[in-house]
Amino acid sequence: MKSEINLAFEKCKKENRPALLTYTVAGDNTKKKSLEILKSISEYADILELGFAHNAPTADGPQIQNSSYRALKNGIKLKDVFQIVKNYKKSKNAKPCILMGYYQMVYRYGEKKFVKKCKQSGVNGLIIVDLPFPDNKEFSKLCKKNSITFVQLLSPTTSKERMRKIIASSHDMVYYISMLSITGGKLKVSPKKILENYSKIKRISKSKNAVIGFGITNKTIAAFKKADGLVVGSALCKGISDSIKKRQNPVIKLNRMVKELKSKII
Amino acid sequence: MKIKKGIPLIDQHDKNGFYGGKFGGNYIAETLKKPIDDLTKLFEKCRKDKNFIKERDNLYENYVGKPTRLIKLQNLTDHLGGAQIYAKMVSDANGGAHKIYNAITHAMLCKKAKKKYMCTDTGAGYNGKMFSMVAKKFGLGCKVFMGTRDIERQKPNCDAIRKNGAEIIPVTSGSKTLVDAVSECIRYWVSNCDKAHMGIGSLVGPNIFVKICGFSTAQISRELKIQLEEEFGEIPNKLKLINCVGGGSSAYGFWSEFFDYDKKHIELIGVEAGGPKNSKLHAAPLSKNSKIAILHGAAAYCVQDSDGQINETESCSSGLDYPSCSPIHCFLKDVGRARYTFATDEEAFAAYKLVTELEEISPSLEPAHAFAEAIKIAPKLDESNIVVVDSCGDSIKDMDIIKKRLGSYSR
Repeated sequence: MKSEINLAFEKCKKENRPALLTYTVAGDNTKKKSLEILKSISEYADILELGFAHNAPTADGPQIQNSSYRALKNGIKLKDVFQIVKNYKKSKNAKPCILMGYYQMVYRYGEKKFVKKCKQSGVNGLIIVDLPFPDNKEFSKLCKKNSITFVQLLSPTTSKERMRKIIASSHDMVYYISMLSITGGKLKVSPKKILENYSKIKRISKSKNAVIGFGITNKTIAAFKKADGLVVGSALCKGISDSIKKRQNPVIKLNRMVKELKSKII
Repeated sequence: MKIKKGIPLIDQHDKNGFYGGKFGGNYIAETLKKPIDDLTKLFEKCRKDKNFIKERDNLYENYVGKPTRLIKLQNLTDHLGGAQIYAKMVSDANGGAHKIYNAITHAMLCKKAKKKYMCTDTGAGYNGKMFSMVAKKFGLGCKVFMGTRDIERQKPNCDAIRKNGAEIIPVTSGSKTLVDAVSECIRYWVSNCDKAHMGIGSLVGPNIFVKICGFSTAQISRELKIQLEEEFGEIPNKLKLINCVGGGSSAYGFWSEFFDYDKKHIELIGVEAGGPKNSKLHAAPLSKNSKIAILHGAAAYCVQDSDGQINETESCSSGLDYPSCSPIHCFLKDVGRARYTFATDEEAFAAYKLVTELEEISPSLEPAHAFAEAIKIAPKLDESNIVVVDSCGDSIKDMDIIKKRLGSYSR
């Protein structure tokens, strides 16, 4: 049986456009609001990544850090994250949902228990930022056994040989980090160069769903239309920060932002 | 889980970088995988290179100043009336603390890697200061990440860092202390790993940083071993080596020649920061039995909540104010080779006061924690016991804190 993630990519390919992946942090700015945001942006997004906050993030820029600290200040716990996904997946337009975070949270919770809880809550995929290949082999297997896509990451520093190995052991989707950066960095490499690197992945495996993330905003997204999927995270987290500052409703703001992003890639 | 004899402890990890099968590792973003592999290859090559070692030894001798003194604290010994107390004056080292050893190795590696600048973290400011000194000496740029709370309380070292031409990058996230400085430094490296060399300031982080740091600070115990033989004609048969432990870089360096001895012969005692007496917060994951967490690329005992968030810490000493500790110390704890305890802020200040009143030395608040333990145990032991405390930092950086707490500060 094809996974929900695979089906989402297939649908986009039929429509001749990249999949739009969003990233928001569970519990930002409240548990209730973050669920509302997910439901609202599902109108335009194809796959939703949801961050589970950790207070010692080593790969996140200021925007996602702000979102994470806000969520933690509001008391978000892992059990709430799972509850948010569970409630979201019950909604009528629910899209595939990928949880993203740091290994410490999984480790403390217990790998098996974590993956089981993901399955029960309807999580479709997992991205663990700091559990690189090949150290993630066992965990990745555990995910697969529970029908959860473990998303392998690739970066500009990944050698071709390593890329080959990682792709061979990957599931339904791989994630290409566009440049040497933490999340939310300014695009410091030209889209052309990024797509050149990206095409290395596609040459290794044409059929593999490969998404590009880091540095993608409504200004840059159109340049990457050729990719299978594009992830926008920090820009959305900043959207939430901005709307809170202006005492606006972040749900409406995010809905508009994702709508605009979508309009640039169709 | 066992220590293998005759092999440096830093090398007793498995192929994934774990000590005792569960401490350490390399929990890093994919982007850092290659820079870390490159650094690992470079380090392994350099440590076998006679010229590299010769250059390093030359720097230790003529730039750091070797050996740092081993002195008997006769007044303190008489006052306590028990074990004979000695201090290894590592604070004699150029710059005033043990952090100079690690900084030198990193600057040499940075040069070999043909990178133009280094980035590092700092808590007490000593690591930042030493990196800024060696950067200046080697003609390298240097960025020092430091929590704003530490910038406030460690002004003398901040002044030194700036004077040496390095840039201090204030870190305002989280608790604004060392833990956040390390996170921010790693984040910086993720974005700039093609240009910058990163040096972590303690025996923590992904495996290679643990190894480089331990390789460097090991100089302390090489000197100590010779000095003990000179002083006593042999290694004393009831010896206790007491060291403060934050990340644990000086403790590793102080002990590294002595792991193979029986613990009844040479006891290794690590003293963590217990924090203020009436506070629930502390920085003592080893002695207060914290669980394992993954922090800054490695698995180690770490103060955390039940959900896995890293807890805030509290200590009068910036250098020990860190929620986790080295994978090596976790290993030493679990195999029972070292004993870990803690001293409260109050005990550290009292130790500082007593030691400086009686002796012509002035340890910083980090080694004051180690002295507190020496003061606790010495009266219970007879004079056949030799207690050596690593006085690994100079108090000048703590001038303001000591003045505020004890009313005055003098040297």
